[in-house]
Amino acid sequence: MEDIAIVGAGQSAFSRSCGESIRELCFEAYKEALEGLDITGNDIDASIICSAPEYDKQRSPSGLISEYLELTPKPTFYVETVCSSSSTGLRVAWSLIKAGLHKVVAVIGFQKMSELSSRDAAERMGRGGDIIWESPFGVTMPAGYAMYARAHMAKYGTTEEQLAKVRVKNSHYGVTNPKANYRKELSLEDILNSEVITSPLKKFDCCANADGSSCIILARGDVAKGISKTPIWIAGLGAATDTMSMAGRESLTGLRCAQEAARQAYKMAGIKPQDVDVAEVHDCFTVSEILAYEDLGFAKPGEGAGLIEDKETYADGKMPVNVDGGLLSKGHPIGATGGSQIRTIVRQLRGEATEAQVEGAEIGLVHNIGGVGQYGNVTIVRR
Amino acid sequence: MGFENFGTVSFTAESKVADFITQLEAGKVMATRCRKCGGSYFPPKADCPKCLSSDVEWFEVKSKGKLQSYTVVNYGPSGFENDAPYILALAEFDEGIQILARLSRDIAEKDIKIGMNLTVNPAKLPDNRIAYEFKRV
Repeated sequence: MEDIAIVGAGQSAFSRSCGESIRELCFEAYKEALEGLDITGNDIDASIICSAPEYDKQRSPSGLISEYLELTPKPTFYVETVCSSSSTGLRVAWSLIKAGLHKVVAVIGFQKMSELSSRDAAERMGRGGDIIWESPFGVTMPAGYAMYARAHMAKYGTTEEQLAKVRVKNSHYGVTNPKANYRKELSLEDILNSEVITSPLKKFDCCANADGSSCIILARGDVAKGISKTPIWIAGLGAATDTMSMAGRESLTGLRCAQEAARQAYKMAGIKPQDVDVAEVHDCFTVSEILAYEDLGFAKPGEGAGLIEDKETYADGKMPVNVDGGLLSKGHPIGATGGSQIRTIVRQLRGEATEAQVEGAEIGLVHNIGGVGQYGNVTIVRR
Repeated sequence: MGFENFGTVSFTAESKVADFITQLEAGKVMATRCRKCGGSYFPPKADCPKCLSSDVEWFEVKSKGKLQSYTVVNYGPSGFENDAPYILALAEFDEGIQILARLSRDIAEKDIKIGMNLTVNPAKLPDNRIAYEFKRV
């Protein structure tokens, strides 16, 4: 099965406002992804551009980015599942190679969220729900996750302090990540005393909007071995969808799309949750990371908070999670996020992480969620 | 008329289930049921994806709902700035459906409990707008 590899992985710095155009932003990630590889842009057979389109004035960004990187006349097209767009791009790239259409495919994710004010961005995100039936009530992305948090607290006794401990951990690692937007260590008090955005979530329970890009280059196995000394093999892929409306959700204590994506990915990779050495999970909010522990099988349902309580998801714990600072520290440039998570895991498995390196990591997992639990994507890779 | 006056800000107006608004103005919150296979829907659907019939009927959501979760939104997005703080909630009803709406402003935050009983009722908003909201039983 492991016949397709990631050969290159790059990202730009994630920032509140990058001061450059989307084409220039994408170049930064593309350059880092190609560094150290024995190929040039001429060897890339196709590019998949991933972002959430409502932030850009540019219509059809794929063509523009393809031109700037001189990837013409090779095919390019656009893929979107909001916050998990670049994981979906990776899935499509894998399929194109598997089908025999292409040998080398670049997956480029980006978002320049600073084009909009944060209220306008929140309004766009609210329209990422059901615009006839739910957005008119003033639904926001944090409000959706806040309802999951409240339900989890009511059913399992999870506390606001335990949510805050996720941010304590991720802020600790964010300090060491030069690509992160937020690089300040936060105390439990800092987090618990920050203003309530949408109860029970406070300012520091939430990740920040950001500008950024990522680039992942996939290659067919035989080609991969020729162009990279350290190909990272794709072992498992999972993807699933839940309802757009909150009214359609079967449960508010876990993300069904993530549970199903995880089941598929573990099955394809032939591994169990405890075989994973290092994971990147979609911590758009602190509660999201606790839900991820349970949805991925790192903890039983209702016991996710115990993992952070016991510091088991720190780099030296039994299941290191988001030791690059996570979305909470890096910032969350929607279309770029999945690729950034992959980059972190690739660096971990190559032993090249400049942040906290998990020694001897061989199997890595990426959990990337679009919207409030609408699109679930789990990717498992190995050295 | 369609959904142009629904909620604080509406984003699209036309739908085959726009009769929902006429009935809301008459004091009823309705859902749809497929006459062929019995599938019930909220949000209402004009079409049944289970049996592909478009022969659906309206029924009123009359039961007591149970509060599944809620959040007090202190930071409203563009267009909702003046509404905040407001409380979004999800409730489950005996008719086999769930509804997302705001909690009525006459429910104090300290009195909210997951599992509490609620009814869903039409709510008049400023500027001739209309929505529905949850009230205490």
